[in-house]
Order: sequence, then C-alpha cells, then structure tokens
Amino acid sequence: MKKIKIKRFLKSRIFYICFAIIGSILLLFIIIAVLDMFLKQLVFNFENFKEVISDPYVIRTILLTFYSSFFATVIALLLGIPLAYVIAKYDFIGKSIIESIINLPLMIPHSVAGLLIYSIFMKEGLIGAPLKELGIVFEDNIWGIIVALLFVSMPIFLNSAIDGFKAVNPHLERVAYSLGAKNRHIFFKIMLPLSKRTIFTGSVMCWARGISEFGAVILIAYYPMIAPVFVYERFNSEGIEASAPIALFLIIICFFIFLLIYFLTKKSRQRK
Amino acid sequence: MGLKSYVSLKNVSCDFEEFLIQDINLNIKKEEFFVILGPTGAGKTLLLELIAGFHKIDEGNLYINGENMKNIRPNKRNIGFVYQDYSLFPHMNVRENIGFGLKVQKKDKSMIERKIKKIMKQFEISHLENREPKTLSGGEQQMVALARALIIKPNILLLDEPFSALDPITKKEAMKVVKEIHQDHNLTTIKVTHNQDEAMRGDRISLMMNGRIIDTGIPQEIFTSPKDEKVANFVGIENIIEGEIMQYNDGYVKVKTKNFNVNCLSKFKSGKVTLFIRPEYIVLSKQLFKSSIRNNIQSEVEEMLIISKELIQVTLRNGLKAYITFNAREDLDLNIGDKLYASFKATSVALKR
Repeated sequence: MKKIKIKRFLKSRIFYICFAIIGSILLLFIIIAVLDMFLKQLVFNFENFKEVISDPYVIRTILLTFYSSFFATVIALLLGIPLAYVIAKYDFIGKSIIESIINLPLMIPHSVAGLLIYSIFMKEGLIGAPLKELGIVFEDNIWGIIVALLFVSMPIFLNSAIDGFKAVNPHLERVAYSLGAKNRHIFFKIMLPLSKRTIFTGSVMCWARGISEFGAVILIAYYPMIAPVFVYERFNSEGIEASAPIALFLIIICFFIFLLIYFLTKKSRQRK
Repeated sequence: MGLKSYVSLKNVSCDFEEFLIQDINLNIKKEEFFVILGPTGAGKTLLLELIAGFHKIDEGNLYINGENMKNIRPNKRNIGFVYQDYSLFPHMNVRENIGFGLKVQKKDKSMIERKIKKIMKQFEISHLENREPKTLSGGEQQMVALARALIIKPNILLLDEPFSALDPITKKEAMKVVKEIHQDHNLTTIKVTHNQDEAMRGDRISLMMNGRIIDTGIPQEIFTSPKDEKVANFVGIENIIEGEIMQYNDGYVKVKTKNFNVNCLSKFKSGKVTLFIRPEYIVLSKQLFKSSIRNNIQSEVEEMLIISKELIQVTLRNGLKAYITFNAREDLDLNIGDKLYASFKATSVALKR
C-alpha cells in the first residue's frame, strides 16, 4: 500500500523532480565554489583569514571599493532619474536608439569599457585634458575608479528606474493634471514617491555591480587598488592563500547585499 | 439646462495606442447629464480623455464654452475626472487625496482644510479621513474620488464607467449621489458606460461603437426607436421584424409580417419597413382580455431562457420574444408548448424604413 502511494507520488511529480535535478547542477556549481572557499578559509585556515582581513590595507581597499561605488551610484541617481523619467514618460524620435545606447555598457566587454573610459579621461583625453587644468586627474586616482564604475553600472540603475516610472498607473498622472497639477507636481508628488522603492532597489543593485567591477577599472586606475583589483594583484604576487580571504570577505558582503535586495523587492511586490 | 452647446466636438478623430475614434460630432449642453453608451473597446474612455485634454486630438476641434481647447492644457480646463478604477493616489491618505487639487493650486492652507472638512461631511466620509485608499471599499473609494474631483469646483465632471465595479446596492446609492451632485453643483456631466440601465438615467445618450458615434438622442428614443438594426441589437431590442405596410389610416398602419400583422403608428404610408419592439413591452396572457391594446397575437411557447436573476426570456413559435419575471411565470404556470397571447400597444412599436 505504502509502495503504491510512493509510486503515485513520484509519478505525479516526475516533471518537477526532473527539472529540479537538472536545475540543481547550476546551483551546485555556485554552492561548491563558495563552500570550498568557505571551508578552506573559515574552517581550516581561520587564523590566516582573520589576519588578512584585519590588515588595514585590506580594509582600506574594501572601503575604497564601497565608497567609490557609492559615489558612482549617487551620480547615476542624480543624473539618471531625469533621463529615466524622460524615457519612461515621453515618446520621441530616436527613443529606441537612446535605449540601446543606455544598455551598451552592459553588452561590451569590460576591458573595452575600460579602454573607452581611459581614452576620454586620460590626461590627454577629451574630458581628462581640460579637467586636468582644474586639478582633477583620473588616471590612478579615485575619480578614475568612479567614472569607470559609473560607466558599467549605470545601465542597471537606469533600467530599474525606467521600469519603476513605467509601472505607475497613468491614470494617477492624468487625474493629477485634471486637478490642476503642473509637470513638477506630477514628478515630485506622484511619480517619484510611487517609484521610490524601485529607484532604491536599482540604486542598491547599481552599487553592488560597482563593487564587483574589475575590468573597466584596471586600465584607468590600477592604483589606488579597489578590492577586485587587489584580489587579482595578491593572487599574481602571493598566490591563492593570500588572495582567497579577501575574496571570501567580499563574497560574504555581496551575499548580504543581495539578501537585502531580495527582501526589498519582495516587499515592493507584496505592496503591489 | 441651457440650450446652447457647452462642450462641442467637431469632426474629432484620434488614434491612441490600441484605440481609434473617428469623426466625432457632439454638442453637449450646459448642465446636461450626458451619457456615452457603448460596448467595451468602443473608444469611450479615449473620448472622455480627449475632452479632459490628456491626449492631443489628431483631427478636428473641441470647444468648451465656445473656446477652442487646442492649446489649453488639462490643468487649465477645470474638469473633474473620475476613472473606473477611481485612481486614488495610493501613497496619500483620504484627506491628502481630496486636498491634492487645492494644494497644487497653491490655495491658502486654512481654506484647504476647511474645504476638505466640508466636502468630506457632505459626502459622509469624514470618518475615513486618515485611511489609506487600499483599505477602503469600492463605494468608499468612489466617494473619495468624487470629492477629490469636486473640491476644485469644476465646470464639467467626466465619469468613466463609475459604477461598474460596485455591488448592486452600493451602485444604486452611488447613482443617486452622482445625480444629486450633478444638480447641486450645476455641473455638466459626461458619463461613459456600457450598462444600459445606467445610461437610461442620462438626459441624453450617444451610442458609440467602433470609435464612432452612431446615434444620439433622449433615452426613450434610443431604447425604443433606434436608428437601425445595429443600434437596436445593442440596446437590447430583441424583436426586429421585417414587414410591409398594408393599410394606412391617418398615421395609423397595419403592417404585414411573415407570421402576423402588427398595428402601429407610422409616418410612412406604404412600402417595406422594419419594426422594433422591446421584449419588456410584450405582455403574455393565457386569455384574451378586452383592452386598449391594439396587438394581441396568439402563439405558443417555444423556448424559455433565464437571462438574469429576475427575468426569463420567452420565445414564441411566431418568433416574438418577451421578458417575464419568475413570479409571472409561476402565476401563469407557463410551460413550453402552452398556447397564449402576446399583447403590445401600437405605441410600443417603433417603425423604421
């Protein structure tokens, strides 16, 4: 009797079970890679882990990564909201071209992105040269890191903000107009408050994307080192033992950022 | 109600997203309660949105109180708009929703508070003051949406299917309130609906189908004497009968149809005609009574179909269709095959060429 029940249960779930098995291969791929490092560093080599992550230079590179990505996110936020609003709300000639341009940094190799950034922000570059006169240098400087991170992570923010604005019921905007609201009222009192959650989620994702950037940064600002560059440098000079603890530390932080994003988006989904 | 047209559309056409409206001509009088009736997808909401100025008119002109609205933005038109979904601002409470219009118009703060209190009292929603829209019932949301639209003292009130999401009892109450508001505020109200019962309450009705106005008139005209078969079908005239005038006597005719003769009024003296008879106007009886009713046609029950909670549609062998209530069916003890008389007055028949 019990056997028949199990058989029936398996039969009814066969599709689900097959897909779960196939799907778990990808999941295992990530889990094994992370778990391997987790065990090696936190269980078998905890002293080394503690030592490396309490190194002031390591802390500095991680902090530099976080705040340069934060600055890039703030710039993306301030300049990106108006752009996202225009794209979300208005139809104009060439809109699809602009949307493609926005997503270009996501599609090109990051070393290529780095090259583009270097080319215009180097001391002799189109933007780098005049700003050098004002005392702002991008090569091997935090400004270089920020522009590189901004370039590669802004599409994530922009796409999120565009979706946020588009998701607001157009009736609300129209009713507000009929009640006498001007464009600025619509933006500040209706559109922005109703998209703030998507904008915030987009900002966190943009920030997280900045933290993980490597390729675009090394060409313009190898120094001061951000964490991904530092991991690479340590691996080349001192091997896996020296670079793995920093990598793991970054993984832990990124994991918590994504947990945060998950709960934020879950909340916004529930609100809808 | 003024005689001059207040809202006037001249050859208006517009193509917006999946909706298209073409060559609309309408003249709505001041303080009129005007209804645009049509099936879903007819372009009714788009027409309302064009009046409010939410979209650009591709062709033609819209005049309000004689002024061309071409360059007048929606925030300068002084029009109240209530959508089917009420569109309350979800991040504001009831008080903030109602006060929004006055606030963006930079009115004096104490005056805004006073007006909000007054209108909430008038709509009996004072107790909802601090509630968020999502916590309100459909009826409450509608009252808030109406209060929000009316606090700015609009000249025109546009209502987009305002009652379609309400339960029957709330709907009845809301319809009464809207009619009162219309009268008390001397408003010109334009309501769109797909519901014929709701449309009956308008001063005049325009029938809209596939982006075009196909007929305009007082409810009585539209519902009993439609322009053509298409209109008749939409307004629920089940009996559309072809016939030929046999006798004419001073505005009174006898029309021969395939299965029976019909006595009715006519401006035509001869020729082929189409007769329209609403199924509600046909009385069924098992015996013939002497009365003023000019048409008493004997037939048999062919089919009985329940069409609503209250009504049964009875189809007779001669093709006539009548609506009766469940109670009437019980009293008559009506069954398929029963012989009976279908009676209707000469004035219940609309005759068209």
